Amino acid sequence: MRRIISILLENEAGALSRVSGLFSARAYNIESLTVAPTEDPSMSRMTIVSVGSDDVIEQITKQLNKLIEVVKVVDLSEAAHIERELMLVKVRATGKDREEMKRMSEIFRGRIIDVTESTFVIELTGNSAKLDAFIEAIDRTLILETVRTGVCGIGRGDRVLKV
Amino acid sequence: MVLTGAEIVIRCLQEEKVEHVFGYPGGSVLFIYDELFKQDKVKHILVRHEQAAVHAADAYSRSSQNVGVCMVTSGPGVTNAVTGIATAYMDSIPLVVITGQVPTAYIGQDAFQECDTVGITRPCVKHNFLVKDVKDLAPTIKKAFYLARTGRPGPVLVDIPKDITTHKCEFHYPKTVSMRSYNPVVKGHTGQIKKAVHLLLEAKRPMIYAGGGVILSDAAEKLTKLTRALGFPITNTLMGLGGYPATDRQFVGMLGMHGTYEANMAMQHCDVLLAIGARFDDRVIGNPAHFGEVSRKIIHVDIDPSSISKRVKVDVPIVGSVPDVLDELMNQLEAASAKPDAKALAAWWKQVEEWRDRNCLKYRQNGDLIMPQYVVEKLYEVTGGDAFVTSDVGQHQMWAAQYYKFDKPRRWINSGGLGTMGFGLPAAMGVRFANPSATVACVTGEASIQMCIQELSTCKQFRLPIKIVNLNNRYLGMVRQWQEMFHGNRYSESYVDALPDFVKLAEAYGHVGIRIEKPADVEPALREAFVKHKNELVFLDFLTDQTANVFPMVAAGKGLSEMILAEDL
Repeated sequence: MRRIISILLENEAGALSRVSGLFSARAYNIESLTVAPTEDPSMSRMTIVSVGSDDVIEQITKQLNKLIEVVKVVDLSEAAHIERELMLVKVRATGKDREEMKRMSEIFRGRIIDVTESTFVIELTGNSAKLDAFIEAIDRTLILETVRTGVCGIGRGDRVLKV
Repeated sequence: MVLTGAEIVIRCLQEEKVEHVFGYPGGSVLFIYDELFKQDKVKHILVRHEQAAVHAADAYSRSSQNVGVCMVTSGPGVTNAVTGIATAYMDSIPLVVITGQVPTAYIGQDAFQECDTVGITRPCVKHNFLVKDVKDLAPTIKKAFYLARTGRPGPVLVDIPKDITTHKCEFHYPKTVSMRSYNPVVKGHTGQIKKAVHLLLEAKRPMIYAGGGVILSDAAEKLTKLTRALGFPITNTLMGLGGYPATDRQFVGMLGMHGTYEANMAMQHCDVLLAIGARFDDRVIGNPAHFGEVSRKIIHVDIDPSSISKRVKVDVPIVGSVPDVLDELMNQLEAASAKPDAKALAAWWKQVEEWRDRNCLKYRQNGDLIMPQYVVEKLYEVTGGDAFVTSDVGQHQMWAAQYYKFDKPRRWINSGGLGTMGFGLPAAMGVRFANPSATVACVTGEASIQMCIQELSTCKQFRLPIKIVNLNNRYLGMVRQWQEMFHGNRYSESYVDALPDFVKLAEAYGHVGIRIEKPADVEPALREAFVKHKNELVFLDFLTDQTANVFPMVAAGKGLSEMILAEDL
């Protein structure tokens, strides 16, 4: 099953490699991993999307908790949560494709953030499925480049991950 | 007081009451060694290879209650130490490893003797640090000792660039450590313990299975008290030997791949299992699916939550330190109105005794060859069962574990998790430094002993009267056994040709060497070594039966009760 694990960890050199090293050493799967400092610069927040049985996910959270620099671990997918991912897509946009790309971007509530005579860069935010759907919806031969941030997630309502 | 980084390192070790550091100097640790030279509180033991420094520090810790400390230089010093660090990590041994690093400005430039120490050791340490500012040095060393010894213990590495050892700052050794990200649980959950007590009192076929956690947390006495109060059969893992007196009637021997028939059968067929400081690893329960075929309730006590329900689903998990949980179990048991079911227990013991009557450790004498099992039995007799016994890895290790009955904790010192050949001799050195008047035997084989044989030189320098019991069968015995049993007798690369003359070798290093070729000479030779040459290192080279195998055996992937016994062959 696909799970979203949120981690608060000390913002220290090497902390990221301890986490990623754990996943490779124990043959756990990582679908995506994002990390950045929080409003408290001494702390980073990481979101990992992994796929595994309940037993494997339980081991993953236990093993993460064991890392000295990890402060807190939460399986966001255990309860209501929101997930978002950002994608930038560079497409070839010439002739009638320009209008079509603009229209598709609007349908998916994307924004065109760079324009040249022959290209657009479209910015799109949403859950991973929505970003996948956009890729499916446009003419694939026009895609020059895509880049995605990976998923970041947060619990709904009063559910807070904080020290 | 303003001190240099090098002075701070030594002061920190003094503050931690470290008496012995095992190590090997080199370029990047020269300033630290210079400070070592200027004081005499912290003694340095110069080994002949960095791997041995770590093994010695590791066994120093295993045989005492202290954190072992070792120090090596950057680059090859570190890479040589990695085997030792991984060995300690797998067996959860508290160590502090201090490593030199190239100067800060050189890091990442492929400098001479540079390696990514923190990166290389990351998967085999509990934690590691690279010190980038001399002001962080003392707090980091304090944290290293704290992390090494608390929670589930383990090795912690502190990497110190050479320039940091020359920088100066005000020295202040912190009294306490507070880390928001590290707060190991100590007390077990009372409600869970209550559930456990209930299960134990209801049990018809109960069993206690105790591992290295009992030794590490010095809980052997508490375990013995609880086990006697319950009257249940108990088994120890390879790492747990000595956690319960092996000569006691309730002890059914070691369990696992080479465990006794009675221990493995009782483990498989019990209805309530109390697992304490053990981790259900592959060498212990064999195939987990086969183990799961029999339904039983499992109570699992461990300081590390990730050890619980890792390979085997557990019914009552109790996260906590073993002694604390044992105390609480004992309190609740004493307070309970019910007692263990005496009638069911008597029937269960009758069954266990029937299994014990198979006498699974008996072995056939092969002509007039020395049987390796016999040597260990005689070693036990001659040392009165009171020696510290280290071992290397292979058949000799299993025979030592099976035939030397350990009544006390911290007497059996072996690499159980990583299975490191070359561990035995440096480990014996560490034991002797931690226990200066103790009798120390290293049970080894002709292949293992050659993996750290250079330490005979260290033993001479420090006059360590270790007795090396070499079970010499001219084969990589355990490899040969598997090849005989599972690879159609194709002894691929397992014959050890061109062996040295170990007697002459021992003499060349300035020790006593004795070769023993007949069973009748085994005991006299041991007596000669342990009595006449009490204060010398003696290398006892026993030429043993080349065909002897270790039984019982649970083949890899098989179930615990699917043992091959010596009598079956």
